[in-house]
Amino acid sequence: MEAVYQQNIDHFMDRINNGEKIEADDWMPDDYREALIRLISMHGISEIMGALPEKEWVPKAPTLHRKLAIMAKVQDEMGHGQLLLRVAEDLMAPLGKNRDDIMKDLFSGRLKFHNVFHMEAPTWGDAGIIAWLVDGAAIISQTMMLGTSYGPYGRALKRICAEEVFHAQHGESIIMALAEGTEEQRELLQDALNRWWTSLLMFFGPKSKNETGHSNQDKNMQYKLRTKTNEQLRQEFLTKYVPRIWSLGLTIPDPTLRFDEEKSEWEYADPDWSEFKKIVTGNGPKSKERLALRVRSYEMNSWVREALGKRPQHI
Amino acid sequence: MESAEYRSSLIELVYQLADDDFILSYRGSEWLGLAPHIEEDVAFSSISQDLMGHAALYYSLLEELGEGDADELTHARSPEKFRNAVLMELPNGPGSYLEEPNYDWAFTVVRNYFYTLAKKVRLHSIKEHSYETLQQIVQKISIEMSYHLMHWETWFDQLMNSTPEARRRMTEAIDVVLKEMKGVFSYGDDGEKIVHLSLIESEEILTRRWKAILSEKVDHPLEIEMSSLNGRNGKHTDHLERALSTLSEVYQSVPSAEW
Repeated sequence: MEAVYQQNIDHFMDRINNGEKIEADDWMPDDYREALIRLISMHGISEIMGALPEKEWVPKAPTLHRKLAIMAKVQDEMGHGQLLLRVAEDLMAPLGKNRDDIMKDLFSGRLKFHNVFHMEAPTWGDAGIIAWLVDGAAIISQTMMLGTSYGPYGRALKRICAEEVFHAQHGESIIMALAEGTEEQRELLQDALNRWWTSLLMFFGPKSKNETGHSNQDKNMQYKLRTKTNEQLRQEFLTKYVPRIWSLGLTIPDPTLRFDEEKSEWEYADPDWSEFKKIVTGNGPKSKERLALRVRSYEMNSWVREALGKRPQHI
Repeated sequence: MESAEYRSSLIELVYQLADDDFILSYRGSEWLGLAPHIEEDVAFSSISQDLMGHAALYYSLLEELGEGDADELTHARSPEKFRNAVLMELPNGPGSYLEEPNYDWAFTVVRNYFYTLAKKVRLHSIKEHSYETLQQIVQKISIEMSYHLMHWETWFDQLMNSTPEARRRMTEAIDVVLKEMKGVFSYGDDGEKIVHLSLIESEEILTRRWKAILSEKVDHPLEIEMSSLNGRNGKHTDHLERALSTLSEVYQSVPSAEW
């Protein structure tokens, strides 16, 4: 028994190391499946929860053109959520679980969503920063995942990345209009950047497990689910965006931020990782309200699901 | 362009078409993230986006007709100048789209299905005979509209033929929508001119066609009313004013700015 399992594992690792893609029906070790379910359901649910802060700005977008663009963007995000949950569902099926379990895990706090979607988005400036920099950060981490060893996830990401590029352009265009606008508009933008900077650094996660006490980075790299560390991604983000932010005449709220030529890396004020932990465990400024909206939607539509022939759910 | 009368009647009709889609798109966007399931969220937000696109096409025609900038028409026009039917401005349910929404999916399905069917009848009539540029716009809109109609028809059929609770909710929603449906077919006080100038056929003809299609499906008397106000004459409920203040909040926050 043990020998067979070891054989399976060896074969599996050989495939991964040869750059082969694992498909949904292939044999995989339990912890590979678990790591994928965790990663993909968190990604999927983050896309869906991510629609909520932007939803606030959909009707309020200031012109017809902006209204159409933000509607298209949020619709894409929902579509990404759906696509990813489908991938997660296939992985969960052998465990006898389905989408309802994902939703229940979200409501109970077992399934976490990205730190950025726990934050407030009080102005149109925030809508711009989210589309430009949050989506920009997402592009960096998702592009890295394109080469993931799990085929269905890689294919979903390919489509997602293509659309995210449009979102970042939409964000950049909002930002440009504000940066070149009136004094009030520039203030709106600077305030939003101040609000989002720490969250953007946190987006990539802690450098190592020292900061939060646990990390799935190592295993995920061994299984080729990812190819870069959190810190490498954060450095890429800084390299790409800091010069652009500066060129707009904006101030980044970190006086220690600088590029260290010798080490060839960015120095920055490390965010408070205990705060990060607090946020992602559902204690961020908007965590409870956004989750409440999601729960509300689940409850007020329970009669619809029942009518569609699904098993009634009671949470 | 023909006479001043033709022009003003055309403008009147285009406002009605534009404002219906614009306001209903807004109501749709309030559902974002709250639909019965994620697949529906994706589909519904695509429909709302299409409706906003349809409205934008009509507003660009109004721009051409000298009514001013489309963004101003949508973000700085006062409620009494809006020509949408009252049905579009009714809220999705109690609560706001950000706090404590208690939205009614049955009402949303019936409103959208009945409206989209009326839209189909309306657009068909314009395609037959009307102002040429408007006909071209309607041609484009019709393709997406037919997908919307299929979507809402599917929901309508499913919910009418499932659990007793769903049927009860749907029947209640049908009564609510029928009470305002006459306002959708109305062209307002200047309606006679619009019809006389062959911009579109009469309210009666369109209503009859709509009922003929619907009566094959709905085992329910289709008496339509206009129980509150006629939006085509600029008379609206307070719901419109609240909707417009949300829609224009950012635009109005820094007057004269580019966004």
